[in-house]
Amino acid sequence: MTGAARVLVVGAGPAGLYAATALAAAEVEVDVAERLPTPFGLVRYGVAPDHPKIKSVAGVLSRPFSSPGVRFLGNVEVGVDLTPADLARHYDAVVYATGAPVGRMAGIEGEDLPGSAPAGDFVSWYSGHPDAPDLSPLLASRRVAVIGAGNVALDVVRLLVKDPASLAGTDLPDHVLAALRASAVTDVHLVARRGPAQVRFTPAELRELGELPGVDVLVAAEDVAGALAEAADGSRADRANVDILCEWARRAPGGRDRRVWLRFRRRPVRLLGPDRVSGLVVRGEREELLPVQGVLHAVGYGAVPLPGLPFDRDSGTVPHVAGRVVDPERGVLPGVYVAGWLKRGATGVIGTNKADAGETAASLLADLPGLRRAPDRDPGSVTALLSRRGVPVVTWEGWRRIEREEERLGARQGRAVAKLADLPAMLALATRPGGPRG
Amino acid sequence: MTYVVTSPCVGTKDKSCVDVCPVDCIHDGGEQMLIDPVECIDCGACEPVCPVDAIFAEQEVPAGERGAIEAARAFFDDGGTP
Ligand SMILES: Cc1cc2nc3c(=O)[nH]c(=O)nc-3n(C[C@H](O)[C@H](O)[C@H](O)COP(=O)(O)OP(=O)(O)OC[C@H]3O[C@@H](n4cnc5c(N)ncnc54)[C@H](O)[C@@H]3O)c2cc1C
Ligand code: SF4
Ligand code: SF4
Repeated sequence: MTGAARVLVVGAGPAGLYAATALAAAEVEVDVAERLPTPFGLVRYGVAPDHPKIKSVAGVLSRPFSSPGVRFLGNVEVGVDLTPADLARHYDAVVYATGAPVGRMAGIEGEDLPGSAPAGDFVSWYSGHPDAPDLSPLLASRRVAVIGAGNVALDVVRLLVKDPASLAGTDLPDHVLAALRASAVTDVHLVARRGPAQVRFTPAELRELGELPGVDVLVAAEDVAGALAEAADGSRADRANVDILCEWARRAPGGRDRRVWLRFRRRPVRLLGPDRVSGLVVRGEREELLPVQGVLHAVGYGAVPLPGLPFDRDSGTVPHVAGRVVDPERGVLPGVYVAGWLKRGATGVIGTNKADAGETAASLLADLPGLRRAPDRDPGSVTALLSRRGVPVVTWEGWRRIEREEERLGARQGRAVAKLADLPAMLALATRPGGPRG
Repeated sequence: MTYVVTSPCVGTKDKSCVDVCPVDCIHDGGEQMLIDPVECIDCGACEPVCPVDAIFAEQEVPAGERGAIEAARAFFDDGGTP
């Protein structure tokens, strides 16, 4: 093949951007299409606002865009604004890294009642995702249950009980900070089917919950009974979690204003109505009624099928071998690759996607010499096509304009960044004619 | 805070941790790998992948290994060459 290969990466989350980094290092020309005007996926719209150090990975994820051969095509949704036929015409290969955006529900009676939602919706709302439903009504509840036993459950529990004053310096959008200040929530029940030795918390995140000022964390002694012995054969994280939980079970409550009740080995059974959530029935040794007015389901995320890609509904992922997409009937689809949560399912941390995207990029680079070359290789053709279709493309400089505006808004309030969440306003900023400013 | 590589890495040093570090802050320190405490973002990705459980969050480093915290700091203050 003569001339640089041209690859489209779909999705500017960690997986897509680590793939872009690896491809750019091999002198491949890369376009990164992202349906939002903003890059970084769940680093921007998932990682908790009070974990700014983790969010700083955005700096590393931005690096590919300083190579001349890498472009950001923000506000471009593949499957809608660009079809599989367009991709075949303009790119030698495509890496799909669209993540797993749909928050799963526990699958129990009454879960469709108002007041019950995937935890992912609450995360999207407080993170200022432009498509997030308005979850502020949840904060009118005094008692909320969170179903789940992983780090996302811990994040939402923490955000629900944390003193809003301690969140004032984060990047939370203004309307979210205001809603948290007005929150009525006093009691949050975390309901886990698993026992303390089987939870999937990262111990450091669990410990953080116990250190929140103004919050009592309550663990019943009977809930941790036997857990030490169970954890003995487990991982170091299992033992650390059990140690923390056993310590809390011995701690006397401090009479603080907000409480987190951690309940293990309890199966959520049904939500009570009639018109909206008025309680959650859980079953441990016996049935209990938790008098909650809101329920968040933190039981995982699922991917959505994309046009032209095979999809395995059971695992919620795209079937692949080392990142090469495999159609169950037609075998390996040449030039089609997958990375990140769409490839592995919704597990693992940001860094997991680096190794994962590295595997995919290596497969792609090995295949390149044998791949069919795209007929129209002019980078200008893709942007011209999008322009004819009336899709305003947000360039990397356009995103930087959004970022600078968020920094300007933040500086006025004595914080580094105040996020924007309004899509039309962000698009107006990013695509404003008249060139870059400031 | 930061994460810290302790002595069980010596003799194993398989670099599993390097593959998953999102900010590439785990470097070859000669006998063992070392984490640059300034660059580390505390994401915890390295800890569970270490086959010999050599990596700890700073506060959790076992008593006998606490020297590793200062050793890593000194190494990177020195410019990071073994
Ligand atoms: C609530 C929450 C908190 C988390 N906290 C942490 C943490 O503290 N530390 C940590 O290490 N990990 C954390 N994670 C995990 C981490 O965020 C994921 O491992 C990682 O983001 C997955 O990367 P991805 O690129 O596969 O998907 P994503 O990050 O979801 O990126 C996918 C991107 O594709 C875009 N996209 C989707 N469809 C299209 C389309 N059709 N066309 C164009 N673009 C499209 C999306 O808009 C998105 O930007 C957290 C996850 C969640 C859900
Ligand atoms: S994974 Fe563990 S043993 Fe391997 S290099 Fe890293 S610290 Fe050393
Ligand atoms: S905690 Fe994260 S950033 Fe720090 S060394 Fe480990 S993988 Fe790298």
